[in-house]
Amino acid sequence: MADSKEAEQVSTSESEQSDLIEPETCIHRENSMLLPAENFISIDYESFENYDCQPSGVIHEIVRSNSQDKSEETPDVVLSSSNDEFSAGEDKEERKQISAKELASALTEEDIEEDETRKPEWRAQKKHIFILSEAGKPIYSRHGSEDKLVTIMGVLQALVSFVHDSNKDNIRCIIAGDHKFVFYVRDPLILVCVSQGADSTQQLLLQLTYVYNQVLSVLTHKTLVSIFKQRRNYDLRRLLSGSEKFLDSLLSLIETDYSFLLGAVRCLPLDLQVRDMISQSIIQHARVKDLVFALILANNQLVTLVRMKKYYLHPVDLHLIINLVHASESFKAAESWTPICLPKFDSSGYLQAHISYLDESCQTCLLLLTVDRESFFTLSDCKNKIKERLLKYNGLNAIGDSLTKTSYSINQCGITDLRHFLYKSRSTAQYTSPEVEAPYLGTEEQERLFGLYQYLHHRIHTSARPLKILYHVGPHETLLGWITQGFELYAVFGPLVTKPSAIHSINKLLKWIKREEDRLFILNSVTF
Amino acid sequence: MNTIEAKVVVLGTQAVGKTSVVIRYVGGMFSKAVSPTIGASFFTYKLTVNNYRVKLQVWDTAGQERFRSMAPMYYRKANAAMLIYDMTSADTFYDIKEWVSELKRNVDNPIVMCLIGNKCDLSDNREVSVKEAQEYAESIGALFHETSALKNIGIEEAFLEVAQQLIKLYETSPNSGLHTIDMGENRSGAKEGNSSIKLPEEESSKPATQQDTKCAC
Ligand SMILES: Nc1nc2c(ncn2[C@@H]2O[C@H](COP(=O)(O)OP(=O)(O)O)[C@@H](O)[C@H]2O)c(=O)[nH]1
Ligand SMILES: [Mg+2]
Repeated sequence: MADSKEAEQVSTSESEQSDLIEPETCIHRENSMLLPAENFISIDYESFENYDCQPSGVIHEIVRSNSQDKSEETPDVVLSSSNDEFSAGEDKEERKQISAKELASALTEEDIEEDETRKPEWRAQKKHIFILSEAGKPIYSRHGSEDKLVTIMGVLQALVSFVHDSNKDNIRCIIAGDHKFVFYVRDPLILVCVSQGADSTQQLLLQLTYVYNQVLSVLTHKTLVSIFKQRRNYDLRRLLSGSEKFLDSLLSLIETDYSFLLGAVRCLPLDLQVRDMISQSIIQHARVKDLVFALILANNQLVTLVRMKKYYLHPVDLHLIINLVHASESFKAAESWTPICLPKFDSSGYLQAHISYLDESCQTCLLLLTVDRESFFTLSDCKNKIKERLLKYNGLNAIGDSLTKTSYSINQCGITDLRHFLYKSRSTAQYTSPEVEAPYLGTEEQERLFGLYQYLHHRIHTSARPLKILYHVGPHETLLGWITQGFELYAVFGPLVTKPSAIHSINKLLKWIKREEDRLFILNSVTF
Repeated sequence: MNTIEAKVVVLGTQAVGKTSVVIRYVGGMFSKAVSPTIGASFFTYKLTVNNYRVKLQVWDTAGQERFRSMAPMYYRKANAAMLIYDMTSADTFYDIKEWVSELKRNVDNPIVMCLIGNKCDLSDNREVSVKEAQEYAESIGALFHETSALKNIGIEEAFLEVAQQLIKLYETSPNSGLHTIDMGENRSGAKEGNSSIKLPEEESSKPATQQDTKCAC
């Protein structure tokens, strides 16, 4: 990861911001939780709103563990709450001394021997995600069984309520050595991420919002709230049982798929006429009352989306749909009919989804989302007609062909020294990127590449210092990020590229993308 | 020959083998790696019994708690219910009793019930005796079969007997909710209102004729 060894230069061709660059601080002001306003993925700000009207600039709490026993791994913790402003000269007297160990032992005396946290494999995990109820009841853990994590869940809950009760404030993050603890408190749930990876605090928070939305997608916000209103101590695992795999799947997608980082969807490259024909098939044969969205997915990519005129599909919702299909083998066996809540669309209720694969090899998945719970057979009929038409006009073959090519080779862009790039069209919330090729073929290298993009993305979107252009010379590659009104571009060059030639390449690349635009993106939205 | 269209709902606790039983029957195979059902899956199966063509529309429901509230959607209009438990787990057998009382409460039309003790290949670990299950089945007027989706035991028989009962129901009870469909009609649930679909003129004729030819079944 291109870490703190800052060897970068910042181009100022677009802005005057270069001298404003400063080394990263691990504590951000509250507005740094916000992604740029125009970004499609909006963190749910509602819960943060109240902080915005409070004066900032005071460190409310700094809790420092005074534990000496490093082998117990009770880390030195720095608590930062939402009103924090980083200041170098923190006042020692304002710190509260508390031992995390004391905290832990005060909370739970029971079943320490059952504790998953003592297992080396568990500790070695790069990223942990926990979901607990406000009462501290375990709901989900990415690694290990949440049953055996009662202790740590208790500690996390205590941290949240400690900061909340003593300051009417919300804990946001803790930096403890290599570990970042990021908290996302969304009544009635507490979501926590503990990471020693490359992700920035902001990115981790975004991931937690995805996790939260995934929970909503299964249960709806309404159910979630009313359950805990009735019984604060409710064991939510009962209701989530069978849905853990969606959380697991989502979290592994988040770590490998750029869609989530970018808040954009990837379209399956298709010739404009072919895509039009596919959309037309849906429009012609699925013009059914109460059908809100009809879409075709292939290998986590969007083939087409047809929507009711009044309604839009938010990228977050689309990601949840993609994850649902990605994680559910059972849709391959038969036509399915399942409720799904799309939290951005309406978090209070379910849409009913007719889900089926159109091809024998189960790659092309059709989803028809309706508000009419009784319309299965009508939609099943539509599906048959759509399928017939797609077969007749070779639509399914075209999709299959495009899939076998995975994506496209960077060579097709004809730009030497450019190794890989991500291009996001902001107005459509879609992105494109070439296949990952050498030298990023190994898993480890792919992870590193992912880390590079995370770094670049983070540097550019740090709201303390949002950048327009960042040119970063790392030890193994040179990175260039560029944000404009219309697009976000993140490019990875070989290490020897010069700045002028990189800029030249980028311009060439933009021209190439423009030429291919029709194939790589869905530019016109299709409605019933 | 008359064709009867019947809706069959498959109920039971998660992991008793509902999907495996249905896939064994409809698809003729068993997959160790069958994945948990999300929502409900829909299968159709056609068979010919006693001079009737019976078209079964099978709803395989998910046993997960969060889908519990959806169950009425599937059993409300059902003509038959397959009540499946895992014979190696007494709990799953007791769960059936809840399903039955729920059906009794909410379903007005006559419904053929079939109690199925699945996983009989594991009968060494049996927790529900034949006698107990049989008596219970009799008490609720249900058919009873022990099956194994893995070893393909008893499933064919269970569905066949259900189909026979459905025919009997059709012949004897006018308000059974069962109906015959005319033979040219192959589209599932055509009654449910494809009237709301507006087809462009040139498209509407072609698929329909294809449907017709396919339906020589
Ligand atoms: N030994 C044995 N295992 C079975 C049988 N039927 C299903 N299973 C297994 O039981 C588990 C749950 O099956 P599934 O069909 O998904 O159950 P459902 O949740 O009721 O649909 C799977 O691991 C199956 O392989 C059977 O007849 N014998
Ligand atoms: Mg199942």
